[in-house]
Amino acid sequence: MEIKKDWWKFLSIVLVLTAIIGGMLIPVPRLAILNETIRNLFYHVTMWFAMMILMTGSVFYSIKHLRSFDVMDDAKARISAEAGLVMGVLGLVTGSVWAKFTWGAYWVNDPKLNGAAVTILVYLAYMILRNSLPEERQRGRISAVYNIFAYVLLMVFLMILPRMTDSLHPGSGGNPAFSNYDLDDTMRIIFYPAIIGWTLFAAWFAQLKFRLFKLNYKLESDLFDLKQPS
Amino acid sequence: MFKEFSALLGKEIILELRGKYALGGLLLYVISTVFVVYLSVVKVTNIPVWNALFWIIFLFAATNAVAKAFVQDGKEQLLYLYTLASPRSVIMAKITYNTLLLVTVSLVTYAFYGLFIGNPVENTWLYLCTLILGAAGFSGTLTLLSSIAAQTNNNVTLLSILGFPVLMPMLITLLKLSKNAADGLDFSVSVKYLPVLLALNLIVAALSYILFPYLWRD
Repeated sequence: MEIKKDWWKFLSIVLVLTAIIGGMLIPVPRLAILNETIRNLFYHVTMWFAMMILMTGSVFYSIKHLRSFDVMDDAKARISAEAGLVMGVLGLVTGSVWAKFTWGAYWVNDPKLNGAAVTILVYLAYMILRNSLPEERQRGRISAVYNIFAYVLLMVFLMILPRMTDSLHPGSGGNPAFSNYDLDDTMRIIFYPAIIGWTLFAAWFAQLKFRLFKLNYKLESDLFDLKQPS
Repeated sequence: MFKEFSALLGKEIILELRGKYALGGLLLYVISTVFVVYLSVVKVTNIPVWNALFWIIFLFAATNAVAKAFVQDGKEQLLYLYTLASPRSVIMAKITYNTLLLVTVSLVTYAFYGLFIGNPVENTWLYLCTLILGAAGFSGTLTLLSSIAAQTNNNVTLLSILGFPVLMPMLITLLKLSKNAADGLDFSVSVKYLPVLLALNLIVAALSYILFPYLWRD
């Protein structure tokens, strides 16, 4: 790795370590019910932010693919969605543990949790759709359309509907938002870098997967060229 | 554009009326499902449960109804259609036609469901209004997805996998609105859901309009 080109990878390691070590060490506000579990904010919430950023990246490449029909754009869309899905599942698991200790059950009926479940279902469906289309160009085109369609409706589901109903999460249904009580200034020092850290970490993961894809693709097309009589 | 659209819509309706078995099969599907529910529960007095069962039946019936939207026309027939008409009029005609179909299916479901399992709905007009909005929304979402699913070989399963999570925002809003209508709550309580549903319908229609041309270009 070169420092000049790969500085963001070092940054991601530093930021994620800051989140893990710093998040456990810094003083946090003493709040009823939440108590020490508030530290999960640095992991659960930031992983969801990272997932949303990666899914947005995935949609960006899907739109690009529909304009260019470039196989590489399609691969980037798929790989960003996969990396986002990893972050999403981690966010769901950490959230579930948090829910157990604050709300008393691993799963509670809450608009945000339903949104999380639906997000995971949508991207699993996206993966299944990709696997059921054998032809490469057709697969790219059709899954890009689904990706865009689902992303827009997902945004409606995650951003608009929870604001219309009560939620146990902060910021809706009469519960105060983060900024009001549970995110004081020391927590911010960890919270925002953690978002950037996880996002960069997932982007790194996606970059490695993309390189692997590119090598495989090149290998396959080289083999194909060898087989062709010239 | 409009002439093209109405010709395509006419074609869909004529085709449906000519092959009566498809519509008949669909209605029979709904009636048998309602009857299965009737045999399992006989009477439901709890309104949320009554409402949820109704929407589940309608959701599955709608998925089955729309799944055939693009399978019915063969691949060659679709190619021929695309050389004659613009893809945008094709999708708009299909969505409109499926909306009409789903409104019919929902009314039939409602009638039989009410007949067998009982009809506790207090505000019938609002309930019917919810049904129409729901039918339009399901049709807008599922028609585009059905053209995606039609390109693979396990059509109905894939349509459900792709469709159900995407339908969730609409379904949750529909459930709330219809429950309020069934409970006969004051209109001012439910009025906030109507713009949400209308907006969702507009969003899915606009997305289908924009994205459909990419689905058939080879």
